[in-house]
Amino acid sequence: MKKSTILKKLLTVYLPITLILLFAIGPYMWTAISSITLESELYRPDFRFFPENPTIENYVRLFTKLNFAANMIDSLIIAIATAVVGLLITVPASYSFSRFNFKGKKILLMQFLVINMFPIMLLIIPLFIMMKVLHLMDTYFALIIAYSTFTIPFSVWMMTSFFNAIPTELDKAAQIDGCTRIGAMIRVVLPVVMPGVLSTGIYIFITAWNEYLYAAILTNSSVRTIPIALQNMIGEYQIEWGLLTAGGVLSALPVIILFFFIQKQLISGMTAGAVKA
Amino acid sequence: MLQMKKNKKRDYLPHALVSPALIITIAIIFIPMFRTITYSFMSYILYKPKEIAFNGLDNYAQALSDPLFYSSLINTIIWIVFIITFQFLLGFATALLLKKNFWGKGIARTLILIPWVTPSVITALMWRWMYDGNFGLINQILYRIGAIDQFIPFLANSTTAMASIIVALVWQGFPFFSIMLLAGLQAIPLEMYEAAKIDGANKVQTFWSITIPLLKPVILTTVLLRTIWVANSLDVILIMTGGGPGYSTYTLPVYSYIKAYKGMDFGYSSALAFCLTIFIMVFVAGYIRSLLKSEK
Repeated sequence: MKKSTILKKLLTVYLPITLILLFAIGPYMWTAISSITLESELYRPDFRFFPENPTIENYVRLFTKLNFAANMIDSLIIAIATAVVGLLITVPASYSFSRFNFKGKKILLMQFLVINMFPIMLLIIPLFIMMKVLHLMDTYFALIIAYSTFTIPFSVWMMTSFFNAIPTELDKAAQIDGCTRIGAMIRVVLPVVMPGVLSTGIYIFITAWNEYLYAAILTNSSVRTIPIALQNMIGEYQIEWGLLTAGGVLSALPVIILFFFIQKQLISGMTAGAVKA
Repeated sequence: MLQMKKNKKRDYLPHALVSPALIITIAIIFIPMFRTITYSFMSYILYKPKEIAFNGLDNYAQALSDPLFYSSLINTIIWIVFIITFQFLLGFATALLLKKNFWGKGIARTLILIPWVTPSVITALMWRWMYDGNFGLINQILYRIGAIDQFIPFLANSTTAMASIIVALVWQGFPFFSIMLLAGLQAIPLEMYEAAKIDGANKVQTFWSITIPLLKPVILTTVLLRTIWVANSLDVILIMTGGGPGYSTYTLPVYSYIKAYKGMDFGYSSALAFCLTIFIMVFVAGYIRSLLKSEK
């Protein structure tokens, strides 16, 4: 009896979950393995899973020959700046949406939801022309502005739901104690909502770090983020997969590590709306 | 009512807090959006600055007689239907499994989310490498187990290219379904299942008469969000095939992007982008209407 339940559990739970996990992280495992394989060994006729001589040669070449460090710094600056700008703009707005009732509030909130649905192609051409006119092409500003088009609407919704989770009694108590309304927001509510602010900030960081399309159109040679650098490594006829997979690992790693820190917060923020509705 | 009278003094603080977000949204989203719509009624080719002028509905007329427009539209629909269906099925299966108790559940739940945070460029590159026609892992495995006699150039073959990209997108998006559906499953009160058990319902009956109906709102919201996202997404296609081979993986956003980026034809590209927006809006409106109807 007991043996058959164990077998049943193996077949109905462990086997399928293992297959799904293999599908989910298999491509990563293969990318990581390729990145420590010599280019010459990748293209050998007799195929083998693991390299004969694991090597960090691809990573070394990435930094010595291709200036990958500069790409990482560009990506880092843009992603941090986008997160800071996004939070400075959306935290006050979300506080207001969560705490006050005012005319047009519903429409304004709806509007932030709807613009999230617009295709990027609806914005990219005018933004390109705008950056040209303002002489911002190929600068950090161009990408920070472009990325704000999708981070601000998302962040408003996210932060509003985080503020909504905090009881308004907290604000009232602060005001009774002599705080102004702004004082209550900054000194009392903001510290409580800080984990939410941090998660939203990290989420913005991740999306900005990952972005490709705007970067392809709005930057050229003086600013080059990681996705563009990787894309440029794809030559017309030959692709150096050892280099590319090494770059891929370095680009995805920070994102995955950051994501592990915020996953709980982020998921509760995202699912709250859908599950309640 | 009483409170409103008390606060008769006009209160600008709520508006003041919202206004930076609003002003920036208008400047970088709404104004550009209306400009794109304007461009769609213009002949606007970047390297022919002298010929930039309004041309009425010419761009739209051009689209209607453009075979590539229709094939891109059909590809967009195929793309959405297949991706959403498989993402949903796989995501749902994952959510049902993750709801069970088993050793290593926490780690499994975290690892499954990894594809979802992967940058699109990396997704595209990883899959492109695995699909490689000479040294790709998938070909190697299929060849070794005897499923194929010779290597298939998955992305260079117009019959397999679309399906190959769809698999990559299913990979990238199914975790989102599984998180949302898992949250939905966990919100179903346990008493419902206990009551069903007492009434003698078996597992299949419980699934169809309790799990599915109670999960419906979450399913519908998630499908809506994902459909919009998939309809708009183009970076993975661009990097995996660039729309090729031939035009076999052109979707509407890809076509619009290539027209703008390579052809510098901003007028036609804008018209294509506006068509895509209209399709999405029509779909969303229809979807929400049928939701409201079914609720009555």
